[in-house]
Amino acid sequence: MNVHASVSMNDLLLGVTDLCVEFGGRAVLHGVTFDLYPGETLGLVGESGSGKSTLARAILRLIRSSKGSVVWRGRDLMACEPAALRPLRRDLQIVFQDPLASLNPRMTVGETIAEPLRIFEPGLNAEARKARVGGMLERVGLAADMIGRYPHEFSGGQCQRIGIARAMVLGPQLLICDEPVSSLDVSIQGQIVNLLLDLQRGVGTAMLFISHNLAVVRHVSHRILVMYSGRLVEIAPRDALFATPVHPYTRALLAAVPVAPPPHGAAEPYRAPSVAEPQVGGPPIGGPPIDDAPLRAASAASPPAADFGCAFRDRCAYAVGICGTTVPPLEEVAAGHWVACHRSREFTASPLPPKD
Amino acid sequence: MCRNADLQSLLSIDDLTVGFSRPNRSISAVRQVSLAVAARECVAIVGESGSGKTQIFMAAMGLLAGNATAQGSVRFEGAEILGAPPPQLNRIRGSKLTMVFQDPMTSLTPHLKIGTQLAEVLVCHAGKSWSEARVAARRMLERVRVPDPARRLNQYPHELSGGLRQRVTIGMSLLCEPLLVIADEPTTALDVTVQAQIIDLLRAMRAQIGMALVLISHDLGVVAGLADRILVMYAGRIVESADSAELFRHPQHPYTAALLKCIPSLSGPRLERLPTLPGQPPQPGDPLEGCAFAPRCPRAAERCQAERPLLRDAADPLGSGITRRVACHFPLSS
Repeated sequence: MNVHASVSMNDLLLGVTDLCVEFGGRAVLHGVTFDLYPGETLGLVGESGSGKSTLARAILRLIRSSKGSVVWRGRDLMACEPAALRPLRRDLQIVFQDPLASLNPRMTVGETIAEPLRIFEPGLNAEARKARVGGMLERVGLAADMIGRYPHEFSGGQCQRIGIARAMVLGPQLLICDEPVSSLDVSIQGQIVNLLLDLQRGVGTAMLFISHNLAVVRHVSHRILVMYSGRLVEIAPRDALFATPVHPYTRALLAAVPVAPPPHGAAEPYRAPSVAEPQVGGPPIGGPPIDDAPLRAASAASPPAADFGCAFRDRCAYAVGICGTTVPPLEEVAAGHWVACHRSREFTASPLPPKD
Repeated sequence: MCRNADLQSLLSIDDLTVGFSRPNRSISAVRQVSLAVAARECVAIVGESGSGKTQIFMAAMGLLAGNATAQGSVRFEGAEILGAPPPQLNRIRGSKLTMVFQDPMTSLTPHLKIGTQLAEVLVCHAGKSWSEARVAARRMLERVRVPDPARRLNQYPHELSGGLRQRVTIGMSLLCEPLLVIADEPTTALDVTVQAQIIDLLRAMRAQIGMALVLISHDLGVVAGLADRILVMYAGRIVESADSAELFRHPQHPYTAALLKCIPSLSGPRLERLPTLPGQPPQPGDPLEGCAFAPRCPRAAERCQAERPLLRDAADPLGSGITRRVACHFPLSS
């Protein structure tokens, strides 16, 4: 079955509008707006400190947002009373990056996976619950007789399977995966990604898949969101993002991925489309110093100064006057392809715009 | 196996075994590993977590944990350094033989200024005065392309970004013009754009200083751009050793081939399922009969369960002339 077949663009599942988050009076998420449809997988990429996890947590109200709305199947989660929010949570689940740290070390695997059932299906008797937990363990590729073991008895990949089982046991409509494979070895990564896709196909769950691994995101996502410094800078259907990335940051990100040469006879390695010379990787040997400072500015510890100008301008080879004064709005450059860059029209019109 | 007794080698490791004693048992992290690094060469060690790649060099540097034991031989410039007393080791490590760690925040001292930490290396190892050392430290920051070095010298590690901190630790490792730098996952903690800058910096420093470099990494993409030669480790042993380009083009060990296949690609057809390597690597301490990879290997036969394949010279189908070694009864070329 094709993942795409299950995507329906008709009924909106999640509508995020102008979502802002402040930590200690400093804005770390600036007016994020996007939609998510049932069964769809949205990839979310960006460097550390760009606000990916903050966005995920704000959507689930695990942290407080300062402004904006998150409409979940017609209801604004931000306006819900905590008591009204609780029953909705069975459909909103999350898998965290560190598989061991996200499990309670004093609970057996069985207790961990049974907990959501105890809360949301209190009518279930002990036997039925145990059967559900055992079935879930098998669906995530673990033996049902591991039910009485503790997290420390499992490897990282197995712990992540347990975290996924806990998130999926209620059959949620939205699963947020916050870097679910980042701490795993490459041979285990594929197993976990395939497991998530299999479960998604079975249940029809929509996913927000956060990762800094662009190749993994390419394999799982229908659409991809690119974040920089607390803002969405590009939203595009998957193939468009890799074939015709527009925002200079997206292009720099794609160009920076180190690529292993392909085995004999396989496809040529990916080369980021050469709209511009790579902006990262630094100047040639003996060149001028590279200032990492903009990366610091982008970190959560010191977000960029308020609302003026494009946050990427200091690292951007194409920055012009307006980039220092006005925040570029997200504009649609092609069907479903949105870019927040003052010069996006030029980039899409000609293959190699002049550097200023 | 004394192939590595070659006097040309800067670092030669022979039959190294590293074990850890636990309350009720002992486990081996590194099993009879032999390797050599020539002057100016860049050798990469790749493998999954737990494969023992770091412990080889912790043993070489005398940095093993208290419950660890190392057997075998590690010679640097011909002199045995495995188990050497600290005063003898300290003449080498930090000056001729240095190490860069994964996490630049924890490998720098949080309560000392950058300048002090850099200068200290030269005061201790090169006998320089503090004032001379500070000048040299500043020059090194310029060489590793840290902007505004004079200001950075007076800052503490927490005031620098991750990328700048790693530039500082690389600079620190180069202060005494080392013959060999061991970089253990130097870019793993960094974002992809910063990672590209650090890879470039290491390449530039090799060109300028000419040190040999051992690059320990789990990321074959990172390794591809830097290494002359790649050693692949599995369950504490080297299973394949080849010229970098050859390894990617024609992997001979089934594990190497599977590992390469597992890397999701940015190009080519998008697959419905990611290629995977079934099963789990053996846990340290698991009894290993025969080939450690056999339970996960598509080519495994009865012989693989019973008899451990030795690392031996492999076929060189293209006649490249570079010695390839593979530890497999049924390598992919056959």
